[in-house]
Amino acid sequence: MANHMFQQIDKEFITRGVRRCSTPRFILWLVPWVALLLFGAYSAGLCLVKGLNQTNMDNRYAFGLWIFVDLTIIALGAGAFFTGFLLYILKFKELKAVINSAVVIGLVCYSGAMAALMVDVGQPLRAWFTFWYPNVHSMLTEVTFCISCYLTVLLIEYLPIVLKNRKLRDVPGFLVFEFELHKLIYVLAGVGTFLSFFHQGSLGGLYGVLRGRPFAFREGIFVWPSTFFLFIISAAAVGPSFLICTTWLVEKITGKRLAKDRVFDLLARISGILLSVYVLAKTIDTLIWINRTSPGLGFTASQYYDWKPFGTWILFAEIVLCGLVPALILLTPRLRARRAWLIPAAALACCGIALNRYVQTVQTLALPTLSFDKFLSYTPSWQEVGTFLGVLAYGVLVYSFSFRYFQIFPEERELKIEVRPQQEEEPVLAGRF
Amino acid sequence: MIAENKKTPAARYGMTIDVDRCNGCGSCMVACAVENNVPPAAAGATDRTGLTWIRVFKIDNGAEGADRRSAFVPVLCQHCGKDAPCVSVCPQQAVDVDPATGIVGQMPERCLGCRYCMAACPYHARYFNWWDPAWPAGMEKTLNPDVAPRMRGVVEKCNFCHGRWHAAKAQAVANGKTEIDPADYIPACVEACPNGAIHFGNLNDPATETARAAHQPDSFRMLESLGTDPKIYYHSKKNWVREISAAPRPGTAKETARG
Repeated sequence: MANHMFQQIDKEFITRGVRRCSTPRFILWLVPWVALLLFGAYSAGLCLVKGLNQTNMDNRYAFGLWIFVDLTIIALGAGAFFTGFLLYILKFKELKAVINSAVVIGLVCYSGAMAALMVDVGQPLRAWFTFWYPNVHSMLTEVTFCISCYLTVLLIEYLPIVLKNRKLRDVPGFLVFEFELHKLIYVLAGVGTFLSFFHQGSLGGLYGVLRGRPFAFREGIFVWPSTFFLFIISAAAVGPSFLICTTWLVEKITGKRLAKDRVFDLLARISGILLSVYVLAKTIDTLIWINRTSPGLGFTASQYYDWKPFGTWILFAEIVLCGLVPALILLTPRLRARRAWLIPAAALACCGIALNRYVQTVQTLALPTLSFDKFLSYTPSWQEVGTFLGVLAYGVLVYSFSFRYFQIFPEERELKIEVRPQQEEEPVLAGRF
Repeated sequence: MIAENKKTPAARYGMTIDVDRCNGCGSCMVACAVENNVPPAAAGATDRTGLTWIRVFKIDNGAEGADRRSAFVPVLCQHCGKDAPCVSVCPQQAVDVDPATGIVGQMPERCLGCRYCMAACPYHARYFNWWDPAWPAGMEKTLNPDVAPRMRGVVEKCNFCHGRWHAAKAQAVANGKTEIDPADYIPACVEACPNGAIHFGNLNDPATETARAAHQPDSFRMLESLGTDPKIYYHSKKNWVREISAAPRPGTAKETARG
């Protein structure tokens, strides 16, 4: 009886006109992720209670898996601000189909990164010191301010999605509040874009300003090293690709069509164009660094690649294999119209950005700067991996609940009655751009 | 403007380390730990997670057999110039360069433990408190009351024995002077070195032994090409030792110094 009541309540919260799996099936889907979240909470708890000696980081490897993951998921979550910018500022109306999903992904990525950062610092209770005693010259100050502000913007952007829930709409106050919030959406999109541009950039600047680490150090414009701009372009390029991957993955898991092909096509185009710009900028930056910046600091660039396994293959993989190749695929209409090309290309672009963040964080710290110091390696401890898996599980759970109870893909109802076009047909191109 | 109004010119404290005199005994490391309340290594600590504000590296010339030569290089915070790489990166101003002394200071009470300064330091001279500081029973009586032990989760490093600087300043005030008597301010490592390999003093004062030694032809600073303007000067008459100041060359390890 209670079980039946529970299922009835569950159904009442599901959006009208869409089909969702049964309550027991949904609970079954949640179980492994909840288990992983608990494992993550236990791992993080150990680090908070016993200290960072639970990790395999050390005085040389001051940053490890968590910073790499933070930088990567913040880049992948860039779809939230960039899609908002394209939709509300540049008026790409087609993207309305995925904006809610982008906001949920952004919220998950940013809040997950913040949670991991709180475990990563030695004195998390002193986090407010950064706001009280800010060092305006530090890129980390800029990152902290912008990410905190943008996370607040994301929470405000997420609120209308929640308040549009079928059951919550019954409360008149919520409806009015949601309506009023929606009026702010253009302001929020603008503020979000501004903040995101800055924090994506300052995350790049984080390593680019390290004069004492010639592998990471880059010249730039005024106070911003070139990595500041490269991180912005790469995040904007890969955000839509990650949106393609996640939408496709949710389609596969749920067995439903969630967005029209023209939306995928538009996202792929945008990603392809920006990725091409990024590959070009990254190539020029690498050449300047090899020929001028690094030798100017007394370090020949070739020496970095003598320390195995970080050979020159990593440059090739980053710029060509995971940069140029997916950019060309995403720019070719016939190829991007086919999922068999589109999804691997989008995934490859995401991998390329992850590799770039890995190189920036891990390779920089692995390389010795003193001539008599050693090249060191690092393997994360199970507590570090556990915390990361906890963040992953948290993301999946928030997305799962949002997908079940909120209208994440507005085109879903419409597409339910449409016949899916054959994969081999002519590519469906977006109406504009 | 402020500097012009000061009666006493700003000091620029620094060190000279004669590598040819160092025999790697580690007295400097022990004296430093005792003076600055650096706790003993926790169970489970490694040479990569332990705390030591000064670390003696053993290097060799890479040759085999009778041609093999070794030397010992003490490495501590190099107290870089006003644009020290660790200062600008700290998000909450827990690191600073004292304009009156040139000493790069670390405020553990304000440190967030983000370790960004450690990533920024090319000399790997900053250490994180991975464990709670603990001393074996009875040893806490040996703690220096002038220096506060640091808590878990913060970064620490050499500060040229700041406790001693305070004591010397207090002594100067008691004597009715505005300037510290150089004899009153000597870091523990300098005092402990049995071979007199380390000298400390005001690099701006040409009368000091340190200032003279810093400008000898065989003196060098680590990684000068990075432009960090360190205040630790090393000295050696051996060419292969002086080469350690340059960037690492993994492909030519045999020809250059090795750690």
